[in-house]
Amino acid sequence: MEFRYLPMTREDKQEMMETIGIENTEELFADIPGSVRLQKELELKEPKNEYALMKELTAMANRNTSTKDVVSFLGAGVYDHYTPSIVDHVISKSEFYTAYTPYQPEISQGELQAIFEFQTMISELTALPIANSSMYDGGTSLAEAVNLSAAQTKRKKVLVSDAVHPEYQQVIHTYAKGQEVEIIPIPLQNGKTDLVHLEELLNEDIAGVVVQYPNFFGQIEPMEAIQKLLENQKKTMLIVSSNPLALGYLTPPGEFGADIVTGDTQVFGIPAQFGGPHCGYFATSKKLMRKVPGRLVGQTKDENGVRGYVLTLQAREQHIRRDKATSNICSNQALNALASSVAMSSIGKHGIWKMSEMNMQKARYAKKKLKEEGISIVYDGPFFNEFVIQLNQDITKVNAALLEKGILGGFDLGKIDPSYHGQMLVAVTEIRTKQEIDQLAKELRDMHG
Amino acid sequence: MADKNFPLLFERSKEGRTSYSLPELEIDAFDLEEELEDVYIRKEPPKLPEVSELDIIRHYTGLASRNYGVDSGFYPLGSCTMKYNPKINEDIARLEGFSHIHPYQDPNTVQGALEMLYDLQESLKEITGMHEVSLQSAAGAQGEWTALMMIRAFHEANGDYNRTKVIVPDSAHGTNPASAAVAGFEAVTVKSNEEGLVDLDDLRRVVGVDTAALMLTNPNTLGLFEKDILEMAEIIHDAGGKLYYDGANLNAIMGYVRPGDMGFDAVHLNLHKTFTGPHGGGGPGSGPVGVSEELAAYLPKPLIMKEKDSFRFDYDRPQSIGRIKPFYGNFGINLRAYTYIRTMGAEGLKKVSEYAVLNANYMMRQLEKVFQLPYPQHCKHEFVLSGSIQKKLGVRTLDMAKRLLDFDIHPPTIYFPLNVEEGMMIEPTETESKETLDSFIDIMTRIAKEAEEDPETVQEAPHHTIVKRMDEATAARKPILRYEES
Repeated sequence: MEFRYLPMTREDKQEMMETIGIENTEELFADIPGSVRLQKELELKEPKNEYALMKELTAMANRNTSTKDVVSFLGAGVYDHYTPSIVDHVISKSEFYTAYTPYQPEISQGELQAIFEFQTMISELTALPIANSSMYDGGTSLAEAVNLSAAQTKRKKVLVSDAVHPEYQQVIHTYAKGQEVEIIPIPLQNGKTDLVHLEELLNEDIAGVVVQYPNFFGQIEPMEAIQKLLENQKKTMLIVSSNPLALGYLTPPGEFGADIVTGDTQVFGIPAQFGGPHCGYFATSKKLMRKVPGRLVGQTKDENGVRGYVLTLQAREQHIRRDKATSNICSNQALNALASSVAMSSIGKHGIWKMSEMNMQKARYAKKKLKEEGISIVYDGPFFNEFVIQLNQDITKVNAALLEKGILGGFDLGKIDPSYHGQMLVAVTEIRTKQEIDQLAKELRDMHG
Repeated sequence: MADKNFPLLFERSKEGRTSYSLPELEIDAFDLEEELEDVYIRKEPPKLPEVSELDIIRHYTGLASRNYGVDSGFYPLGSCTMKYNPKINEDIARLEGFSHIHPYQDPNTVQGALEMLYDLQESLKEITGMHEVSLQSAAGAQGEWTALMMIRAFHEANGDYNRTKVIVPDSAHGTNPASAAVAGFEAVTVKSNEEGLVDLDDLRRVVGVDTAALMLTNPNTLGLFEKDILEMAEIIHDAGGKLYYDGANLNAIMGYVRPGDMGFDAVHLNLHKTFTGPHGGGGPGSGPVGVSEELAAYLPKPLIMKEKDSFRFDYDRPQSIGRIKPFYGNFGINLRAYTYIRTMGAEGLKKVSEYAVLNANYMMRQLEKVFQLPYPQHCKHEFVLSGSIQKKLGVRTLDMAKRLLDFDIHPPTIYFPLNVEEGMMIEPTETESKETLDSFIDIMTRIAKEAEEDPETVQEAPHHTIVKRMDEATAARKPILRYEES
């Protein structure tokens, strides 16, 4: 079998072996102890030619129900937004996607400048002065923020709202264990962080308070009140996880005194692709500039005074002060940050306001419509583009029935806690039409009976 | 271009331009200002650029031309395995049945995706010789940390709370000690001997009842196979520690030897290195973790299970270290790696390693004629030269790296590993032709000659790039980390 990614001819190989002074390539592996050498061929599927493999994997893809073929009301951290065509055209430029981390600035100005622009856009959205070049995803980015707050304040307890995405909470727990940080949950009141509990839990041992804004249930957290509570605890950090699209319309966390804002830019030009790769972002106050995990791009000049960009403040990074590291992130999500940059540029300053607002408008229409059809709405507070409904039957069954009608129903909250049985988290983005929303309402009414 | 300052997208911005067409609202608008308290409504929209679609395309086309990838030219960046990124992988990853599926869809509606993940788990088990594989980790460093958290959980489950140290060779990847620190361990260094391998006497000295694990990459960062691996495994295991394999260098040994057979208890792989996931200018990657039977119970949740002819998530893992990432890992990158494995098969993957090693040895034997080669034995997929001869002439390795840019070549990894003076770590990969290798050898030989005859040309390089050497000191001293309107 010929392999199209292996260009050496028999003659090439022969010449090269002569140069090295070997009879066969086995000699190059002679230092592997014989007792552990693999004595068989690996048991893998037979290699396939490009046509056959394309056919097989296309069939495999077709066995999945794509959100392109159904009407999706499923969100819960991953959203169905329109992605402008230009996004994929830009990230398909192989000067971007086949490049490594920009360690050689002279031939990496394209990537470096694109990241610098991404940092600026995140900084604008969050209203914090510093943003890094990206993290793996919203969940790990938030977990790193928790650990950073503990390292910075030299305290070992962090309060985490129960309205933070449940999977993000789980990731926080795993990360916190490595650094011996104790996670204390803040209970909820009417779908939002309970301020009474928060106030009781705050004391001199608390490194940080984590809330999600808008929260997992779509509700807009009382940021102003939270900020007030934290004013008495100067050292305690406010850490906010935010859907960056919401920040097009809502007051950014930086204006509520947040020290760290994290989240995921999947909403901007990144397909759901079964949960990853997405793109975490990480923004901080100036005070934390030298503690930020991951990479930062800075502007400078070359020796002729031409403006350019470099990876900077690398003393923070693992490859310098390796054993004192508080983060080990190395690879990030650069290409997805690029995708989000293209999408954000496409949407633009006024567009982001409108798009964010349109999500709120259509979600309100859906909420009103469902209510009119006799479906109860669980929380009545202000919300972004998701809200919770209560049905009198199992959501798995409801969603199976909806799928028959070409609708991908909302997230089954019963999966995270039995007390939420029969509750569905409905996401409505700007691409849902009135007719689609009306149909959802009708189907749910018929089932709800 | 007259103005060498390439404009920022923000500088191209003009009030009122847009490149986005929003869907129709279709409904009577709700009064949001009445519903929300004023304090929750943003006072000013975020200053994103206002540009036309063509502006954006020209901007990023310009930026792409100021960037360099594997598709641009030779990229022998040691330890990074910058091999060709097959285009079918990109096409497969963009099929709507893969790219547009939601992680919370009913598993019955994503059986194709689950089958792919399951099949990839199985393939990686076979390639590494490990008992179980998780595809959750987003990158190599996260894989390292995940495995260390599992090793920690294993020791703690045995009531063994005093294993606080992780041994790391002085030639290790920088992420190793960082991952150890983040997992709550203290990293201790074991020295290399004059052959460039782990010094067994020093290993015996540092190992003890407090040893949680040894992190090792094999072949190591000098590109040398740790031939005493079985003895090292015995030393660590006898002390009650676990052996961890950093799979960054797996490209050298596929089909020849497996980490599981060498005695490793846990491994991570870099699918964006060995298995052709593109590097994307820094990511996203994927760093699956494989473990021995003894550690399998601690794997992060969830794994993918096969039941008769269908596939499902397995969350019922009470001893698991928990969740390390939302959802199921970097699916899109895992899919690319899967496509590659299915293209190559067992025979192809073994040939990959054969040619990766052949290419590296060929270049090493040609280049040792003009550069100092600190470790003369056969190498594996990469090798490290020292620029010590040229340094005596006043030409640093950094200068030679910059000079390579003038020939449209991405320089090797430099000043790493730390135990080689003026190091240049060169990894050609198997996807390069002999002509490319010969051309690189000629250019390197020419640069070595320039170092003798015309050192300024090298010292002042690069000469032909769009920007010259950057003032990194000022960038760090007075950081400018975002655009500000002037």
